[in-house]
Amino acid sequence: MSLDKTGIAKRIAQELRDGWYVNLGIGIPTLVANYIPKGIEVEFQSENGILGMGPFPMDGEEDADLINAGKQTITALKGAAYFDSATSFAMIRGQHVQLTVLGAMEVSQNGDIANWKIPGKMVKGMGGAMDLVASADNIIVAMMHANRQGQSKLLKSCSLPLTGVKCVRKVVTNLAVMDIKDGQFHLVERAPGVSVEDIIKATEGNLVVPENVPEMVLD
Amino acid sequence: MNKVVTNVEKALEGIKSDMTIMLGGFGLCGIPENSIAELVKLRVNGLTCISNNAGVDDFGLGLLLQEKQIKKMISSYVGENDEFERQMLSGELEVDLIPQGSLAERCRAGGAGIPAFYTPAGFGTEVAEGKEVRDFNGKPHILESALTADFAIVKAWKGDTEGNLIFKATARNFNPMMAMAGKITVAEVEELVPAGELDPNEIHTPGIFVQRIFQGERFEKRIEQRTVQQKA
Repeated sequence: MSLDKTGIAKRIAQELRDGWYVNLGIGIPTLVANYIPKGIEVEFQSENGILGMGPFPMDGEEDADLINAGKQTITALKGAAYFDSATSFAMIRGQHVQLTVLGAMEVSQNGDIANWKIPGKMVKGMGGAMDLVASADNIIVAMMHANRQGQSKLLKSCSLPLTGVKCVRKVVTNLAVMDIKDGQFHLVERAPGVSVEDIIKATEGNLVVPENVPEMVLD
Repeated sequence: MNKVVTNVEKALEGIKSDMTIMLGGFGLCGIPENSIAELVKLRVNGLTCISNNAGVDDFGLGLLLQEKQIKKMISSYVGENDEFERQMLSGELEVDLIPQGSLAERCRAGGAGIPAFYTPAGFGTEVAEGKEVRDFNGKPHILESALTADFAIVKAWKGDTEGNLIFKATARNFNPMMAMAGKITVAEVEELVPAGELDPNEIHTPGIFVQRIFQGERFEKRIEQRTVQQKA
C-alpha cells in the first residue's frame, strides 16, 4: 500500500520541531499544517506576506484581503503579523525560516529540483520557489514517486529546467522517505506495505539501501 | 503637501502607450482595480507591465491582456490565465519571469537608489543566463538589477491627503516597494481621510513616495480561490 497525499503530509509533519517557522508550498505541502505533532508549536509563513497563518475561514467569514501564496482565503492566528513582499523574502533569504516544504516535478540525486516549467507545454512561473530553494537550509520535497506516465521523478539528473541546484535534503513520496547526500538518494523508510524492491524499481537515480529499512509509523 | 486628485482620470493623466507601469498586488489581492479599468478605457497599448501576476482572464491585468494592450510582462507567476498563456506561447507577448523575492527586491532597490544586488535565487537556472555570478561566503550569487517605472500604481486600504498609506492584511504584498519605484506613483485607496487622521506610528508607506492619491469609486475585491470550512 503506497501512501496517498494525506499520508505523505502526515509523514512530513513528523519532521516538524518545536519553535520552527515553516513555509509550505502549494499542494501536498499545504496539508502538512493539519498534522502538527502534539506538544510542539510551529508558525507558518506564507510568502505573500503573513506569519502565523491559520486555517481556512468559516463559510461567510472569508476576506479578499487575507490569502495565502496559493491565493486561497485563510485566517490569521493570534500573534500573526503581515508584511510586504521584500520583508517576506528577507525572512526567506536571510534563513529565518527553518523549514521549506514544496512539491516537485523532478528531483535529482545531487539535490537539484525542477518544478516550474515544461518547455513548450506549461509555463506558469517560479513564484517564490527559486528564492526558497536557493536559501533554505532545510528543504523537504513532497511528491509522488512517479509522474502520470509512470516514469520515476527521482532521477540521476533532471531533464526539466531547474528551479535550484544541490538544495533538496529530503524527499517524501508515496513509497518512501529518502535523504540526499554525497550525490545519491539514501533510503530511510518505506511506506507501509511497500517493499524495498518496489522502491528500487521506481527510482531511476542511484539509491543507497541500508540493510534495515524500517516501515513508516503513521497515526 | 496635498496629493489628492479628484478621480481616476486625473490620477492617470500622462500615461501613454509604450510606457513601463508597475502594478501592485498578489494574485487579485491588493490590485488597483479602478486604475486597471481606466487603463482599458484609455486604450493605451505597447505597455510593459511589472506585476507579480497577470490577473485572471476577466479580471485584473487579464482585462488589459484581452485588449492586447500589454507588450511585455515582468512577473513571477502567471498561471490561471488562458489568454496570457495563449499570447505567450504564440509569441505575441514578451514575458520575463523572475523569482518572486528578486522581483520584490528589484523594485525596492529601484526605489531605494541601489542599482543592483546579488542574490542566490536562480543560480544554476535559466534565470541566471547572461548574469554576473559571484561567490560570497563560498556560495554563488547572481547580480540582479533594480527596476523602476514611468508610473507605479498601488492600492491601499487607507490613505490621507499627504499620500501616507496603510495597507490591509496580505493586500500589502508588492504595493510598498512599487510605490517607491515609480517616477510617478498613483495610490488608489478605499478610504481617503484628511491629514492627521492616520496615526503616524502606523503608516506603512510614507507620503513622500506618492505623487497622486484618490479614493476608488468601486472595489469588487474578487477572490481567486475561495476556501472555507463548513460549520459543523
